[in-house]
Amino acid sequence: MSKKNFVFFWLMLFVNSLYSQNTISGKIISQEPVSFSDIHIHIGQKISSSDTSGNYRVTNLPDGITKIYISHIGYQSIDTVINLQGNLEIDFKLKRNTTKLHEVVIQQKNNANSKSVAEQQIKLETIEKYSNKSLGDVLKEVAGISSLKTGNAVVKPIINGLYGSRVPVINNNVKLEDQQWGTEHAPNFDVNAAGKITVIKGASGLQYGGDAIGGLVIIEPINVKKDTLFGKTIVNYDANGKGGSLSSSVHKGNDLGWSWNALATLKYMGDKQAAAYVLSNTGNREANFSGDLKYAAKKFNATAFYSYYKSVIGILSASHTGNVNDLYQSINNKVPSVINDFTYIIQNPKQDVQHHIAKFNFDYYLNESAFIAFQYAFQFNKRLEYDVRRGDYKNTAALDLDLKTNTLNIDFKKSGHDWNFESGLSAATQKNYANPATGIRPLIPNYDKIDFGAYAISSYNFSDSFSVDGGLRYDFSKMDATKYYQKSRWDERGYNETFPEFIAGDYGTQWLTKPNFTFHNISASAGFHKKLEKSWDIFTNVSFASRNPNPSEFFSDGLHHSTGVIELGDLNLKKEQSTKLSVTIRKKFDQFSFEINPYSNHIHDYIFLKPVGFETTIRGAFPVWEYQQTDALLLGIDVQTHWNITNHWQHSFSLAYVNGKDNSKKEPLIDMPPLNLNNKIRFSKKEWNQLILELKSEIVLQQNRYPDNNFYTNIIKDNEFESVLVDISTPPPAYHLLHFYSEMKFNTFKKMNTTVAFSVQNIFNVSYRDYLNRQRFFADEIGRSFQIQLKFNY
Amino acid sequence: MKTNQHSKQFKFYALALVAALTFSSCSNDDDTPPPPVNEEELITTVTAIYTPVGGGTAVTLQYKDLDGEGANAPVITVSSPFEKNKTYNGTVTFKNELANPAEDITPEIVEEGDEHQLFYQTTGTLNPFTYGTATSNFDKNGKPVGLQSVFATTGAASGTLTITLRHEPNKSAANVATGDITNAAGSTDAEVTFSISVL
Repeated sequence: MSKKNFVFFWLMLFVNSLYSQNTISGKIISQEPVSFSDIHIHIGQKISSSDTSGNYRVTNLPDGITKIYISHIGYQSIDTVINLQGNLEIDFKLKRNTTKLHEVVIQQKNNANSKSVAEQQIKLETIEKYSNKSLGDVLKEVAGISSLKTGNAVVKPIINGLYGSRVPVINNNVKLEDQQWGTEHAPNFDVNAAGKITVIKGASGLQYGGDAIGGLVIIEPINVKKDTLFGKTIVNYDANGKGGSLSSSVHKGNDLGWSWNALATLKYMGDKQAAAYVLSNTGNREANFSGDLKYAAKKFNATAFYSYYKSVIGILSASHTGNVNDLYQSINNKVPSVINDFTYIIQNPKQDVQHHIAKFNFDYYLNESAFIAFQYAFQFNKRLEYDVRRGDYKNTAALDLDLKTNTLNIDFKKSGHDWNFESGLSAATQKNYANPATGIRPLIPNYDKIDFGAYAISSYNFSDSFSVDGGLRYDFSKMDATKYYQKSRWDERGYNETFPEFIAGDYGTQWLTKPNFTFHNISASAGFHKKLEKSWDIFTNVSFASRNPNPSEFFSDGLHHSTGVIELGDLNLKKEQSTKLSVTIRKKFDQFSFEINPYSNHIHDYIFLKPVGFETTIRGAFPVWEYQQTDALLLGIDVQTHWNITNHWQHSFSLAYVNGKDNSKKEPLIDMPPLNLNNKIRFSKKEWNQLILELKSEIVLQQNRYPDNNFYTNIIKDNEFESVLVDISTPPPAYHLLHFYSEMKFNTFKKMNTTVAFSVQNIFNVSYRDYLNRQRFFADEIGRSFQIQLKFNY
Repeated sequence: MKTNQHSKQFKFYALALVAALTFSSCSNDDDTPPPPVNEEELITTVTAIYTPVGGGTAVTLQYKDLDGEGANAPVITVSSPFEKNKTYNGTVTFKNELANPAEDITPEIVEEGDEHQLFYQTTGTLNPFTYGTATSNFDKNGKPVGLQSVFATTGAASGTLTITLRHEPNKSAANVATGDITNAAGSTDAEVTFSISVL
């Protein structure tokens, strides 16, 4: 944005407030006696309260669109927008909110996650656009979030350069398990079940855990407070993959008494297509269900919730390579080694994933301003990975894991006029079982884990424009594993010296070992939010978090078939500790707003996979990647702007840059997302069936900061060994994609409205590869795709 | 009175939850460890025996890696040099000696001949290895599997022999049927290299 424009906007603001000064006044009415002085009244940029009998008066308001927001604990908030043209007298009637939890929760969304961190939210309207995509794809809407992919269907979010167990995903207040299994597992979540997604960059959401070194993704389902019954069906067709999805949900809301939600989704996709060829064996299937039943009374409410997620994902045939020679061929040929005709059939290798969540909530209101919440949740993850195998093992999974997790949470929240307090306890048990019938040594061993946590968070508003918050959390974690180590590996790792006490049995060439680990962690967060005049907002937060090494980091030991790499864990790993300083500056002009978020994240004992050399097996030489720790510093900035150019035209822009540095080695960190820039122009016209047209440009530059882990291998050429460079380090070149989206709404029947959307992804069918796709050595990303979406609301 | 009732309710729930947790956490303590995984698909040993036509000493090439993907280096043995001006007929076998009992994997490869192919690559001054011509060396589509090979020596020579077993190669690709690995694709199930000489 140019300087001129800035000046222009400042002027506009000034002129407005100088020339039109209006007053809104009236009375807040309530059937029951209410402490009127506790009512929060926000009109435009002003904050006010009423006198003891409910009268209020706000002066010096400019002409134009003015937002009114009135809230009082225990009552439904009033949230409306008026077009102010002169003085106005208006009365508001407070309606008692029987499902009080929602009110408190909504308030919590604005406050208690952390007042000093500017959270990012993705609204339902945006989520629906991604109905047939994955959670990782939706999250890319937020500046500073990119994705770590394995192929195109396994997408994990990266927040400010960090991913995996550093970015817990909280679905409906339950932390989704299975990230500890490694990087090529996407969060098991059907995007259609999300009503709203909130992203906290950093570890300040202490109520959810103390290990969110990267950040938190908080998903809340659609919830209806009014007494109503409605449904929604979304149908998608994607020409690339020649398949689509069907998602249907029914919601029954209620003030008091029974309410329920039910949702089912099916997806069916065939092979995807890159710009120049079919990506063989990349089809996927999904079948999901979730539902809840809730009973609300005046003093309490109780909810039972169940969700089931099942997906089968084909893994690109060409990514099943063997040794380094195969890898070399693949990198240098630039074309997948296997290209077949399009098919819906999914062959090996493939993943077959199931995730069940069952939970029960009970919320009890102690009084108008305090409540206590109980939650018990059970999660069952089942994961089968099929590989290309010989003989009788063709249809036997190569990896067969069960993960059972029980969690229990008790949370207490109390809020006063200018303060909030929240505290809670959590306890969890987890059991992982690796089925030995696979005939392959499991990547993740059997283990039992117990966790216990306690936290307290508080915020205080010194004035309407200045608030502080702080929180503290303690976590205890204990893990007992049972694993067979080959004696040769045990010695090579030096464990015979460091961990002789773990040996529990001698099985010839293998040791039976029982490693156990105990951790005590402290995490904390503190910060402030200052509102300056003229709609400037400053958020500053410092958070300290600790993450324990996960089982894949501890125990990995052997060939990782999806990457053709021998991955070695390390029992010596210590916990990671991060200190993050994050500042957000936000400014709203009349038509333009921007948000700048610079941050610094210092991670002590940062765990990462480092290529260290070779090991020769009977299948040839394989690169060895080892989990190591270093002192890391991540400096970055996220920028977002939004500009209402005219009534019909809007522009939005986002940018994210992160610079990751390995302080001990004085070299760049591996796998850091490159600079990316997104521009979107949107045209909307209500009169034309609420037409929306969008053109989006996505620019991802080449990552120029990367460690050089290249190595040489010998291949036979013309009857001589030749030493060739295997370039596994150089990131792919920059790319620029254009996407188009359009939609219109129709009132087809009396009670039904239909939205028709047509979109094109990668309009120019660009061939490109992404640095953060684990399969970038094997194939291009997806080419152009045409999509049609029909949405029925009834 | 009312508050009292509430606190009772809390105590009840708190207790119930703690109890539930305690039980679930204690339920798996009957510790008999599961047996170690029987790695039945692994190839630990590749043996190639070359017998000279018309009598003489057979040459045995063996590559043995008994800890699979473990850290120990393989043991590679060549029984003796090849003799000059002789034709050797060779047969390769694959074994898994980590399985209990040890398993011969070769029949599996024969059975799934259309999904497997062996390749022989030489370096140095060695003559090429060619596929044996017996029908048992070909799959049901008439494409070579290549377990049998022929090595015809002439003068003195030395170099390396690399034997590669590819799983699901593209057997119709150019030159693959004649034993050229360049376009074969697929994934490598075994790749072993021997230093050999002709004296």
